[in-house]
Amino acid sequence: MKHVILGLVLLVLVGGIVLLAVGSWAVSVNNGLARSEQNVNEKWAQVQTVYQRRLDLIPGLEESVKGFARQERTVLTEVTQARSRASGVQLTPEALNDPKAMERFAAAQAQLSGALSRLLVTVEKYPELKSNQNFMQFNSQLEGTENRIAVERRRYNEAVKDYNTRLVVFPDRVVASFGGFKPKAYFEAVPEAATAPKVKF
Amino acid sequence: MPSQRVNDYAGLLPADARGRLESTLARRESATGAQMVIAIFPSLEGESLEDFGIRLAERWRVGQKSLDNGVILLVFVKERRVRMEVGYGLEPVLTDAVASQIVRETIAPRFREQRYAAGLEGAVDAVFARVDTKALSPARRSPARGVSPWTLAVLGLFGFVVVMLAIDAMSGGRARRNAYVAGGRRGWDSPTVIVPPIWGMGGGGSRGGGGESDSGFSAGGGSFGGGGASGDW
Repeated sequence: MKHVILGLVLLVLVGGIVLLAVGSWAVSVNNGLARSEQNVNEKWAQVQTVYQRRLDLIPGLEESVKGFARQERTVLTEVTQARSRASGVQLTPEALNDPKAMERFAAAQAQLSGALSRLLVTVEKYPELKSNQNFMQFNSQLEGTENRIAVERRRYNEAVKDYNTRLVVFPDRVVASFGGFKPKAYFEAVPEAATAPKVKF
Repeated sequence: MPSQRVNDYAGLLPADARGRLESTLARRESATGAQMVIAIFPSLEGESLEDFGIRLAERWRVGQKSLDNGVILLVFVKERRVRMEVGYGLEPVLTDAVASQIVRETIAPRFREQRYAAGLEGAVDAVFARVDTKALSPARRSPARGVSPWTLAVLGLFGFVVVMLAIDAMSGGRARRNAYVAGGRRGWDSPTVIVPPIWGMGGGGSRGGGGESDSGFSAGGGSFGGGGASGDW
């Protein structure tokens, strides 16, 4: 009888230690995943900031183009419409799990990229506009913003890759499924975005 | 990682011009806190200019960590292309438009006449003209006024006195005070006696630490987000 009690106490003790070890490991993995997810959200916020920056630049650009090329109404209207559509499609960090929502966001922004590049090609016909100080200023801001978009998108995708990898690798996978962590959508390059405006003077 | 501010991998600059640029950049850095670095490469070797620029910026991490006030000027001799990478913290003063204007109006015309050093010197002046007037970093200003080490010394001293008093009051303070009283002295004297040497040490220490070396270069860990401008000559 004495031996049984001693054995039970030992079992409980060892079991408790093992449980404690597993528990603290799970907590640390969980925290790591949460940090990684937070990193993805932060990178996404940066992506949205640079896209917003582009939206903010467009009215000024349109204004400077209108002064010289009022007759290019169709291209200008296209930009205006694409801009208002793009500003209507926002993506909160909570929706990053949804590839469809990401696709909608990417498509709206790609449409705007396309419209902008057509506008800048049209502008090539107006040498006096191209040398206009105001237009040059907006154009260099736009070029810089397109570059920022590329940078922040790459960083977002890198963060997603890091996070998503953790979700599928054993043993973190186990903790992730208990913790309710879901994979995030990559920001895929949409074909039209490849023709982002790139005007050389 | 670069160990200097002017990194001429293409041998474009004569030695004296390189040294002059180096010391100008060091002087500007200690005056404003903003870090500017020049990198001259023989060729892009088929890579994208913007891609190369941001990757170099991510590797070198020029500028102070929390202020992100770094600038990198990249020159590619064979392709005759220039790119200015601007750190996050300087984007408001060195906008893409300003960076583009510096490339187009200051660098390109002089580079076309093969006056490379003049072009780079002009660019440095133009960059710091924006930084000086609009982005004096608060982190650099307060030590210059000499307030922070003194404040620290006084606070540290105050804390020390408080702790001494507390220890005195708690552990055997009463017994000693009784002994002092018995000997004709008040117990509060014991911390006051300790004070003067600390004052002397604190003052000397902070005055001695005021010197600043600006000849050596080390990047501070600043971040970049692709802001800046590209151009050619």
